[in-house]
Amino acid sequence: MNVRKTTALAASVLALSLSATACGSDDGGDSGDGGDGITIGIKFDQPGLGLKTPDGDYTGFDVDVARYVAEQLGYEEDQISFEEAPSAERENLLKRGDVDFIVASYSITDERKESVSFAGPYLLAHQDLLMRAGETISSTDEINDLTLCSVTGSTSAQNVKNDFAPDAALNEFGTYSECLTGLENGQVDALTTDDSILAGYAAQEANQGKFELAGLELSDENYGIGIAKDDTELQGQINDALTEMVESGAWDQAIEDNFGPAGYEAEPAPEITEGA
Amino acid sequence: MFDFLDLEQYDLFGAFWTTVQLTFYSAVGSLIWGTVLAAMRVSPVPVMRAFGTAYVNIFRNTPLTLIIVFCSLGLNQTLGMKMFTDGSDPSQTGFRLAVLGFIVYTSTFVCESLRSGINTVPVGQAEAARALGLPFTQVIGLIVLPQAFRAVVAPLANVLIALTKNTTVASVIGVAEASLLMKEMIENEAQLIPIALLFALGFIILTLPTGLILGWVANRVAVKR
Repeated sequence: MNVRKTTALAASVLALSLSATACGSDDGGDSGDGGDGITIGIKFDQPGLGLKTPDGDYTGFDVDVARYVAEQLGYEEDQISFEEAPSAERENLLKRGDVDFIVASYSITDERKESVSFAGPYLLAHQDLLMRAGETISSTDEINDLTLCSVTGSTSAQNVKNDFAPDAALNEFGTYSECLTGLENGQVDALTTDDSILAGYAAQEANQGKFELAGLELSDENYGIGIAKDDTELQGQINDALTEMVESGAWDQAIEDNFGPAGYEAEPAPEITEGA
Repeated sequence: MFDFLDLEQYDLFGAFWTTVQLTFYSAVGSLIWGTVLAAMRVSPVPVMRAFGTAYVNIFRNTPLTLIIVFCSLGLNQTLGMKMFTDGSDPSQTGFRLAVLGFIVYTSTFVCESLRSGINTVPVGQAEAARALGLPFTQVIGLIVLPQAFRAVVAPLANVLIALTKNTTVASVIGVAEASLLMKEMIENEAQLIPIALLFALGFIILTLPTGLILGWVANRVAVKR
């Protein structure tokens, strides 16, 4: 009796999990460079830059840039599909051809250029601090006295330890959202990463007015569009699209739309250096 | 293939040393607390049995990441617990919070392994000890547990190996162990696969001898019945 019950249970669990995986494998079908669509890697979890909203829409500055570039390359709105590009996965997504290009707060560095190529840059960001409104600091010397928070292993966290604030207490967490909790509770004094990401958090509806950027320019991060290594043709096309975006004013509009509520003063559009 | 490995920039051995330390302190703590839990689960006092059962079932079935993040966000950030540090060095506080979390979690597995070991001790032995007039603490401490331990060295080795690998979870609260360094290196060097292979190798170097040595010990000390 008991054995039969268990068997039935096991069978139904098996059937359930099989059907679940079958569902799962349906989506993500036509990735890669098929002729009639384009797949773009973005972040799904960075408000202001690349965010997947609960109803399945995508918003953010990176997304606006990605859409504009894709349109300039001759793709219609409904031919664009977005794929999540977590930081550690970006190079492999490009190498395998899972995405055509990546617009995901992707800083241009020499090490990365050894495995992928870039177009752009399309945004110059600086590492900065996000603090509770009214508590901001004005000089970099004061950072050493603060309790900071950043994401585990990120460039921003390494910069704190190695460069500008070796004495500051640094909490590292899996995501920036966990830092925001501590910042609101007063357990940490500042959240540190690129100002564009910080502005995205500060501009979120739930956070408006609570936080403020310190406006310290602690590093230069040139965000580029990641493409497969040595694809000079695509690089040229994307660079043209970016130039067009800046000249038409769409670039300024996108900055205003995504970062406006945070009072974030973005640098003017950077000059294109890759492949030029 | 391993040209990204710049030992001056990346403290590979320091990171793995932190992993070893995390494993060591957590293993010692889990062994002690797990033994206490196992004693509770077989004790004649109903309230202790109930506590042991509830504890094991709650923490064994809670994801480890959740426990570790709770230690940091709940105990440290919200309740202000600093684990006997002055709080000025979050990675030190994080280390101790992580050890606490690992003990809470791993002790449940130690407890259950031990309980299976206790089941290998013939009931007659406990009855004989009781007949001699020994109290429960002596029955369990002198007669049952020594034999139970010798029976479960191999399962405890599995728990230890799992613990060694589980310490990677401590990186989510910023403890500078191996997987945190791995994230840093992937972030900077943009070479996911060789770096992941390197760290996998590091963990094999740590865990393979554990399994072999404790497997040998298990054979040596097992009570032949």
